[in-house]
Amino acid sequence: MKIIIFGCGKIGTTIIQSLSGEGHDIVAMDKEPSVVEEVTNLYDVMGLCSLGVDSESMTEAGIEDAELFVAVTGSDELNMLACFLAKKMGAKHTIARIRTPEYNDQSLGLMKQHLDIDLALNPDLLASHEIFNILSFPLASKVETFSGRNLEIVELVLGENFPFVGMKLVDLRKNYNGAFLVCVVVRDGKVFIPDGNFELRAGDRIGVTASHADMQKLMKNVGLPQKKPSSVMILGASRMCYYLAKKLISIGTKVKVVDADKGMCEAFSKKVPSATMIVGDGMQPEVLIEEGISDVDAFVALTGSDEVNVLSSFFAKGQNVPTVISKVNRAELAQTAEKLGLGSMVSPQKSVSNVLSRYARALHNSIGSNVETLYKMFDGKAEVLEFNVRSDFKYCGIPLREITLKSNTLVAGIIRGRKPIIPSGNDEILEGDKVIVMTAGHVLLDLSDIIAQ
Amino acid sequence: MNRKIVFNITGKLLEALAFILLLPMVVSIIYREGEFLSFLIAAAVSFIIGFVLVMFTKNCKKDLYAREGFLIVSLAWISASLIGSLPFVLSGEIPSFFDAFFETVSGFTTTGASVVTDLSSLSHGTLFWRSFTHWIGGMGVLVFAVAFIGNLSDKAIHILRAEMPGPVVGKIVPRAKDTSKVLYFMYFFITLVQVILLWLGDMNLFEALIHTFGTAGTGGFGIKGDSIASYSAYSQWIITAFMLIFGINFNLYYLVLIKRFKAILKSTELRTYLGIAIVSVVIITLNINSAFPSFSDAIRAAAFQVSSIMTTTGFATSDFNLWPNLSKTVLLILMFVGACAGSTAGGLKVSRVVILFKMGLREIKRMIHPRSVGSVKFEGKEVDEHTKSSITTYFAVYMMCFFAILFLLSFEKAPFDFETNFSAVAACFNNIGPGFGLVGPMGSYAQYSEFSKILLSFAMLFGRLEIFPLLIALIPSTWRRK
Repeated sequence: MKIIIFGCGKIGTTIIQSLSGEGHDIVAMDKEPSVVEEVTNLYDVMGLCSLGVDSESMTEAGIEDAELFVAVTGSDELNMLACFLAKKMGAKHTIARIRTPEYNDQSLGLMKQHLDIDLALNPDLLASHEIFNILSFPLASKVETFSGRNLEIVELVLGENFPFVGMKLVDLRKNYNGAFLVCVVVRDGKVFIPDGNFELRAGDRIGVTASHADMQKLMKNVGLPQKKPSSVMILGASRMCYYLAKKLISIGTKVKVVDADKGMCEAFSKKVPSATMIVGDGMQPEVLIEEGISDVDAFVALTGSDEVNVLSSFFAKGQNVPTVISKVNRAELAQTAEKLGLGSMVSPQKSVSNVLSRYARALHNSIGSNVETLYKMFDGKAEVLEFNVRSDFKYCGIPLREITLKSNTLVAGIIRGRKPIIPSGNDEILEGDKVIVMTAGHVLLDLSDIIAQ
Repeated sequence: MNRKIVFNITGKLLEALAFILLLPMVVSIIYREGEFLSFLIAAAVSFIIGFVLVMFTKNCKKDLYAREGFLIVSLAWISASLIGSLPFVLSGEIPSFFDAFFETVSGFTTTGASVVTDLSSLSHGTLFWRSFTHWIGGMGVLVFAVAFIGNLSDKAIHILRAEMPGPVVGKIVPRAKDTSKVLYFMYFFITLVQVILLWLGDMNLFEALIHTFGTAGTGGFGIKGDSIASYSAYSQWIITAFMLIFGINFNLYYLVLIKRFKAILKSTELRTYLGIAIVSVVIITLNINSAFPSFSDAIRAAAFQVSSIMTTTGFATSDFNLWPNLSKTVLLILMFVGACAGSTAGGLKVSRVVILFKMGLREIKRMIHPRSVGSVKFEGKEVDEHTKSSITTYFAVYMMCFFAILFLLSFEKAPFDFETNFSAVAACFNNIGPGFGLVGPMGSYAQYSEFSKILLSFAMLFGRLEIFPLLIALIPSTWRRK
């Protein structure tokens, strides 16, 4: 499939990385020659330097036969204009990054309709959803939901004292009543899709699927009670902070925002009056201590600088804040921070690239059993996908134990109607179901792709 | 530095080369010649070495960057030349290893300089192999590998960049593999057209193939001592036209393929290329007219020679060594200019010459008006600083290499005079083939000493790979792991 990416910043590069890995033909456009050169050096894509949105460079990029045009430059207006022009010149689908809150809140629908934009991406909004999920599930380092919260997948890090440690998965199911499934384990950077004889060890990162209620029960059983945070401290009055603060306030959480820039704080407090605004440097421990960091339920670092986010998060961890989340853009820094013990990290690029991978796969496969949702877990090493089962799926009504799946692939959940099922060998997939599949190392476009050939 | 992938890809290339070597073997078998055995042995050797290399580097990481790209290209070209010279030595048709190496390098680099004095003594299989190296080397050994060998690497663009000539190497379609395939497809198609056209004339299929390979790769190996002179005017005109066609940037043919004709007509490089060719033909025609029986003969000889030299092919229809001084000087200048970037031709490339010329003008203007601001434009776009500096650097290094080689070649004693040596270096370094004096179109490189033959072989490799890849491979620190 031919995809044109306009704008090769952080987001653009992440998109290029994930899409070129999935085998699409990509043309990368940017106004900066050095950026284009860098991208073509790193990925197997065609680079094109163009100063702005002009029909000539669009033609050169081959817009007439492009399936997808993605505009992710730093400017919302340029993105919208580029998408508009791309659509007029023949691109089949267009995606624009629109992140200014004013555009998003009031006029997004109108603009999308009139400019004929198929999808508006707001990385800050996506990442804030992700953070919100983690906050409402404080012990998990990541929570993803399927089919409107019916089924959840939770990422947990097994500490030394975690009750699961040393147990085989078959025993796990016996000891803890309730329907849940350990569907993926990451050990020493390697991803395993485990079978019943797999023994869990301390330090493993695991993914567990269960319905929301069962998940709560399980957490209670293992001695991890769940409660929503009553107070959250956020560092950096960024756009992401705006969306997160609004969401948290709407569920009654107290929000305190710390930012060094007075102007930013004032502007923020006009938009979100119920948040407490503190002008102060988040890198100074006194400021954070004075504002009561040791008493908050969660600390979220969302400044523009990865370093500040990571360091202040370590400080918060040292102050025994139960949940610490930091925004880290650079993947290599995230890996190092994780090794040093920082649990939850969120990157807007990752969220965007999840959405785009899903969108591209759905386009690729408009007839069969579509990809409904797609999450990349553990730095993209594993993927969880939700498929709609259509009538053309050949294995409808056959018990799962009679179907041979590809290696490292697992049916992690079935949603029938609104009822989630954690599947055993006797369960079967029916038409109209939603099926959650966990896979490592395969690119799945259709539900039939899970079957071993 | 990922050394393993360098050996891995070189190994895969040698495996592919083994299969390519079976082609001349088939030709030998068709003509019932005993030489087929030497091709079979060479193919076996190539396959075994390649297989061992691949086996030892099976689990290599697929990462590669500019540095690995340069090394792969240098290593691949040198090893392909070594293996490619085996059939000549084994069959005893070119018994000296140095001669055989010179001949093979000359083939792969599409130079067409020969050490063989009597071509009629060579078997059909050997003649075919000699010319087929032109065809493969013209578009590129590694472009071939990237296009047709499984999944080499995601970052094959670095290999293509190191191998393909010209100041800026871009893709024509998003993926390196597809780009290589499209290039070879177009290359194959134009080759096929020429074979048919020549076959329709006074050449038999074998001759048509040989001369098309020589034209397509802009190489210049033929099968007769007097090159193309004894063929009909029709064949000569066909070859003239196709030499010019293969000297054009292949990206432009892709534009034909996707029906964007306007962009082709706008190309500065193409216009300049054709302009230089026409002006040169006019000058030479007027200059040599009196020596030819008719005006049409003169214009045909001039057009043939201009396109042969400018595209760095090296075919000849008459002994231009005997032409007047003016014509010879024009040809010598054309040797350096070369044809378009992104073609199969050698030389400095028209695009570099145009940009250098414009930069010169720009600099003069800046001297007169020190505060003036301006940019250098090429193909409708501003040339960025990086490209500009790489072009000037290339030109400087090119000149230095040229004179270094000339200096080393000057140790040759009589009968080699200055004209012979100078034109020999120019002809080898720019991948043309014949020069003036003793190495003129009717002469050969056979008389040079073994040292000079190795020197000139490397001059050809330097010229084909545009100096830097080989130069980088020769620096020991490149190979260090850290």
